[in-house]
Amino acid sequence: MSRRAAIRELTLTRLRVMLREPEVIFWVFAFPVLLALGLGIAFRDAPPEPVRVAVVAETGAEAYVARLEASAEVSTTGMAADAAMDALRRGEVALVLDGGDPVLLRYDPTRPEGRTARAVVDAALQEAAGAPRPVDVRVDEVRQRGDRYIDWLIPGLIGFNLLSTGLWAIGFYIVQMRQNRQLKRLVATPMRRSDFLLSQILARLAFLLLEVPLIVAFAWLVFDVRVEGSLAAVGLITVLGATCFSGLGLLAATRARTTEGVSGIINVIMMPMLVLSGVFFSASRFPDAVQPLIRILPLTAVNDALRTVYNDGLPLLAAGGELLIVVAWTAVCFLLALRWFRWQ
Amino acid sequence: MSAPAVICRGLRKTYGETVAVKHLDLEIQRGECFGLLGPNGAGKTTTVEILEGLTAPDAGEVEILGMRWEEAEREIRPRLGIQLQETRLTERQRVEEAVRLFRSFYPSGPTVDELISRVQLGEKRRTYVKDLSGGQRQRLSVACALAGQPDILFLDEPTTGLDPQSRRALWQVCEEFRAEGGTILLTTHFMDEAEKLTDRVAIMDHGEILVQGSPRELIDTLGGAYVIELTPTVPVGDGELAALPGVRRVDQTGSGDWLLTADELHRPLPALIDLLGGKGGGLSALTTHRATLDDVFLAQTGRQLRDE
Repeated sequence: MSRRAAIRELTLTRLRVMLREPEVIFWVFAFPVLLALGLGIAFRDAPPEPVRVAVVAETGAEAYVARLEASAEVSTTGMAADAAMDALRRGEVALVLDGGDPVLLRYDPTRPEGRTARAVVDAALQEAAGAPRPVDVRVDEVRQRGDRYIDWLIPGLIGFNLLSTGLWAIGFYIVQMRQNRQLKRLVATPMRRSDFLLSQILARLAFLLLEVPLIVAFAWLVFDVRVEGSLAAVGLITVLGATCFSGLGLLAATRARTTEGVSGIINVIMMPMLVLSGVFFSASRFPDAVQPLIRILPLTAVNDALRTVYNDGLPLLAAGGELLIVVAWTAVCFLLALRWFRWQ
Repeated sequence: MSAPAVICRGLRKTYGETVAVKHLDLEIQRGECFGLLGPNGAGKTTTVEILEGLTAPDAGEVEILGMRWEEAEREIRPRLGIQLQETRLTERQRVEEAVRLFRSFYPSGPTVDELISRVQLGEKRRTYVKDLSGGQRQRLSVACALAGQPDILFLDEPTTGLDPQSRRALWQVCEEFRAEGGTILLTTHFMDEAEKLTDRVAIMDHGEILVQGSPRELIDTLGGAYVIELTPTVPVGDGELAALPGVRRVDQTGSGDWLLTADELHRPLPALIDLLGGKGGGLSALTTHRATLDDVFLAQTGRQLRDE
């Protein structure tokens, strides 16, 4: 038979095993969708809520209640002084209004809602008292498509799924085959070793065709997350990313003898990138000193490239730098993996 | 004249302090079924994996079908069929898928259907590997080994852990392969398997070959066709036992039992009972059997082949 037959059979074998493994179906397909669903609901956009203000009883502060309630941005509750301070500490109210002259506003400046409350209450009191407005201000309340958390999250989830599938489906599986001597059995045939490795990658990429469209379609149907740029560019970035992470998986699998050993290696690779590479929150939250390091991580590069196209709607070339990083990682991983790979 | 199927000379392999193969010479002719016998840890698997080109020896030479691994791996591989000890095939793979995968590695060979029917798994062809019995898995493993119509079949303990029926089914596959002119190298610690299947055997212990020859020749070295194992109730000397009619050889086991090798049973047994009766004693245990390769191993090493 031809070499093509061997590559075809090896690839089919790998795909069948993946699709017949219920755990794989859960982690590759169900898990990212459930994660998107959970985070999408938890961080959904709510309509702006009025700031909650405690008005301390019997201090003369009650006199301002009617003025504050006239503003849609404020809701007030009358309380005793002690109860009002407790409510402030617990975050149940954002501001405590105490009577007297001048009027006393108590709030916690480290809480964003405290500062908002101070500004809103102050403005409402001044306006109600007929203070002049030296500068005329016009406002425009803007909601742009694609600026929600879920819009930002979905490309990161796709990137992370590429990483985790690459590491587990390639790295873990190969070590499992080494551990139960299947690799040795294959090496005892005339099979070309490069055919085996190539078919692992091919099977991984074939899997991509199911995995990525599922997340993209789910995010679009449930959360109305749109791909602002070209779908083809998103497809190309995921192929490059999946290839890169296959190489990383192969590298993780070069020497480990046991599945326990490779699980540790996979977690050591995956966990730092899960935190640093902008999956659930932006990588820009980390100090400037470590930014160069974070920028060259392969998952950061894949996520940034995906967001450039997915969220920002820019052409593929706008992510050229990130894609170069991904390609460089791919080359290094494959070279080292092929050099160090142990078949038995 | 074509080269022998397997030649190896001066083979040696150590793992750290442990000497797996001390010094080993072998020659297996084409069309022969050769058995490598010995207890666990004798070095059988290491020897076979060196011959299969899966393990590099520390010293020594190997020639397979007149070719050497270092120079001609591409030419040798397609002509060997290999069954490793305790290989697990992919669990969630159907029988026919596994056979088709292995068939795809070889340039020529029987069809997938032929391979499956040769090991009598026709009814199981759509079954997952994980749902096969031990014997069925082992037969599937042999079908994969036969996928390239090999000249030499290596079987490493193919029937260990199998029930008698499964063992016989595997023996039949081996006999059919032989009938087509194939060469087999088989390792086993079942002496009956070796006696049934092989033309020649080598008995290994501690990384060395102790004796080799046909099973018949090796059994003949014991000097008699029967073995009498006895536990007397009174002390008896080995000279007295050796003097019994028809007894060719007297050995004592580690536990103090006597082993007599004899040409026949009907003459030494009455004489033995008379001898012990004359001392006022008798027998607390007596068994007899036809001499086997187990007895050859015992005679060579003073140990039972399989530690019970």
